[in-house]
Amino acid sequence: MSKEFKRPDGRKIEEMRTMKAEVGVVKNADGSAMFSFGDTVAIAAVYGPRKMHPQHQQDPAKGTLRCTYNMLSFSVTERIRPGPNRRSMEISKITEWALEPILMIGKYSNMVIDVYINILQANASTRCAGINAAALALAHAGIPMKNLVSSVSIGKLDKQLVVDVNKDEEDWEEGEGATDIPITMTPEGEITHIQLDGKITRKELKKAIELAENATKEIYEIQKKALKEIRLKWKPQK
Amino acid sequence: METSKITGERIKEYLSNGKRFDDRKLDEFREISIETGVSKKAEGSARVRIGETDVIVGVKMDVAAPYPDSPNKGNLMVTSELLPLSSPRIESGPPKFPSIEIGRLVDRAIRESKFIEMEKLCIKEGEKVWSVFIDIYSINDDGNILDAAGIGAVIALKNARIPKYDSIKEKVEFGELTNEKIPLSKEIPIVITAHKIGNNIIVDPNLEEEDLSEGRVTTGGSAEGTIFSMKKGDWSKITIEEMENMLEVAEKARKSVISKIDKYFK
Repeated sequence: MSKEFKRPDGRKIEEMRTMKAEVGVVKNADGSAMFSFGDTVAIAAVYGPRKMHPQHQQDPAKGTLRCTYNMLSFSVTERIRPGPNRRSMEISKITEWALEPILMIGKYSNMVIDVYINILQANASTRCAGINAAALALAHAGIPMKNLVSSVSIGKLDKQLVVDVNKDEEDWEEGEGATDIPITMTPEGEITHIQLDGKITRKELKKAIELAENATKEIYEIQKKALKEIRLKWKPQK
Repeated sequence: METSKITGERIKEYLSNGKRFDDRKLDEFREISIETGVSKKAEGSARVRIGETDVIVGVKMDVAAPYPDSPNKGNLMVTSELLPLSSPRIESGPPKFPSIEIGRLVDRAIRESKFIEMEKLCIKEGEKVWSVFIDIYSINDDGNILDAAGIGAVIALKNARIPKYDSIKEKVEFGELTNEKIPLSKEIPIVITAHKIGNNIIVDPNLEEEDLSEGRVTTGGSAEGTIFSMKKGDWSKITIEEMENMLEVAEKARKSVISKIDKYFK
């Protein structure tokens, strides 16, 4: 099966699109980063820790992570109305859950760390690109972290598992159709986020998670490299 | 977060000697850099940086019914969003006035200048016309987002290609662009905002200078000196003499800006 199988853009089964990561893309922010899978481009900016506003959301027991995921209206083929919607609200929450386990923000009582994720261009896997950018931006902002997390979408097209799903694959209709499984993991292989839409057996799902483990390791290396490049970008003030 | 009083006084002191912190003249813009086609999914797009200020503008199109008062003309809609990503001063939530105002001002300059030849965007009179959406997003706010948005809007329009329209199915084939461009006139409208600080008039304020602005006048105009739209912002009084001065400074700055970007219109 896997021998005859051809992905729409000719990639190998485990091959991800060209990834790019860059740290420090928004000057005003305390930390910021861009992450892209091919034509899917996300930028994230971190502000904080700063006082939580509105006040009633302050948590004296610990710091709060607040993520806001937003797609620019022209990031997709058919214009989307600007502003939040149900989908973006859910992804914002998913992103918080994906990132929270690696943060050490217990001491920031009543404070919030805001992470704003914007999708400039979308060709599927936007939440994964967003999470990867957000992890980098948090590290850039100097937020205490145990490690980074890395995120990738595993797809099942008919019966074939593939890594890093693009839009053509997401819309796959032949056979069993498309199953989309975005997964976020720590470099130690712990899962901080997983979602699934489609149809899959437990055996296939196990295999999908194994593929994600390998892929996230590869992404992790790209993220680390981007963080190390900050030093090269630094210029003394006039 | 706002510029401190002591910095403000120093800025004013500099301005009264005809100087600015970054060595610019009062009527001089910061360096402008432009990237086109920054979002592949948009019909047209542009990223404009003026100094550290960074704005992305995208153009999308769709087919819709015309407005009853212009049955043979395309529709134009300009929206702007100051993203919380772009500044610690911007809060999440529904768009607030500063955000809305940018879209309004850019809209009027483009609409009133007749930069887009709206009659040519008519498919079937009274029934089907092209709608042009210009969406503006701030990526980094270091002052003068408005003028950057205006530049981005005209360049994104120039960069745009019209999507394929299936006239039998009466449906837009999204994702398939033709080689056809949006019909534009030769006279490029550029939005320039002149600010009054003390007794001085400046253009392209950075964030610190913008904080000190006591009054502003935004004009949309062309290199030929025609003014298509105008609006005074904020609460201050402006004398006739100051207004003259503001228009003069804006005209000079506009010519300089257009000379820097007119290569995108050739």
